[in-house]
Amino acid sequence: MLKKKETAPDFTLFSAPDKRIRLQELKGRNIILAFYPADWSPVCSDQMALYNEMLGYFNKYDADIFGISVDSKWCHQAFVQSRNLKFPLLADFEPKGEICKKYGVYDDQEGESQRALFVIDKEGTIAWSYLSPIGTNPGADGILDALETLTQKL
Amino acid sequence: MSLRPAVSSIDHVQGNANAAVELVEFGDYQCGFCGAAFPIVKEIQETFGDQVKFVFRNFPLVQAHPYARIAALAAEAAALQGKFWEMHDAIYMKQDELGEELFIKQVEKLGLDVDQFKKDMESEKVQTKVEDDFESGMRSGVNGTPSFFVNGEKFDGGATDLYAMLKESSS
Repeated sequence: MLKKKETAPDFTLFSAPDKRIRLQELKGRNIILAFYPADWSPVCSDQMALYNEMLGYFNKYDADIFGISVDSKWCHQAFVQSRNLKFPLLADFEPKGEICKKYGVYDDQEGESQRALFVIDKEGTIAWSYLSPIGTNPGADGILDALETLTQKL
Repeated sequence: MSLRPAVSSIDHVQGNANAAVELVEFGDYQCGFCGAAFPIVKEIQETFGDQVKFVFRNFPLVQAHPYARIAALAAEAAALQGKFWEMHDAIYMKQDELGEELFIKQVEKLGLDVDQFKKDMESEKVQTKVEDDFESGMRSGVNGTPSFFVNGEKFDGGATDLYAMLKESSS
């Protein structure tokens, strides 16, 4: 798993059926990447629903959040609509799990992402990373602490 | 994960202030799991009496629950007239009737000033209290509702687990 001070590997992934997002183009914003195993599984839904409530607080720290799993863009679209999510989910679908692997959070046994969080600073460097037990929703305290540290540095 | 900030005079506290066990719930008034936890928390308070102090902080999941925020505001507005717990209990007991009508009915039943209540619900003071509670939940690692903290540390389980844990440690 990639750690603090390492460069966040760039990627281009579908965030919607007709839209792709490239990490490099998000420079100038703090980025939160929330890797999670799968759409629809109960704990993740809680986790994404939780972050959905916190977007305003993340924004205070110039931060945008993205969920990432190996589900397809169509699956993400249905999940986003069902849970009324107001932030994008990225599809690490083809080749499957490539970005998870680059960040060191792919679970070969399950063929899914592990549950992991990264906070990336405005220059594209990892400021904080955390691997959560697979069945545990990690909440947002670690993310907020990392964002606060970043903001205080400036 | 620890409770941040610690319980203080701005919190709504029920029971013995010097109790050995400090129980803090982060709850959402429209959350079904919180509704289910409500009678169990009551049972904990009855069973352990003076040994337990109970604190409630708002954690409304407004994207998922359209009434969660106004219900939190209603309880906080009632608090300004000294009736936080009465409103809190009424909302959880009538969770299926959630809405402005329920709040006003309770305000009248409690003999509170209705106009003042409505004004308070929209006041910055009340809104800030709800937002500060939510932020404290985020900072404390709340990952769903209800989330409980026992003596400042996050409790990994629901209300029934909590009851069982207290029962065990007291016997």
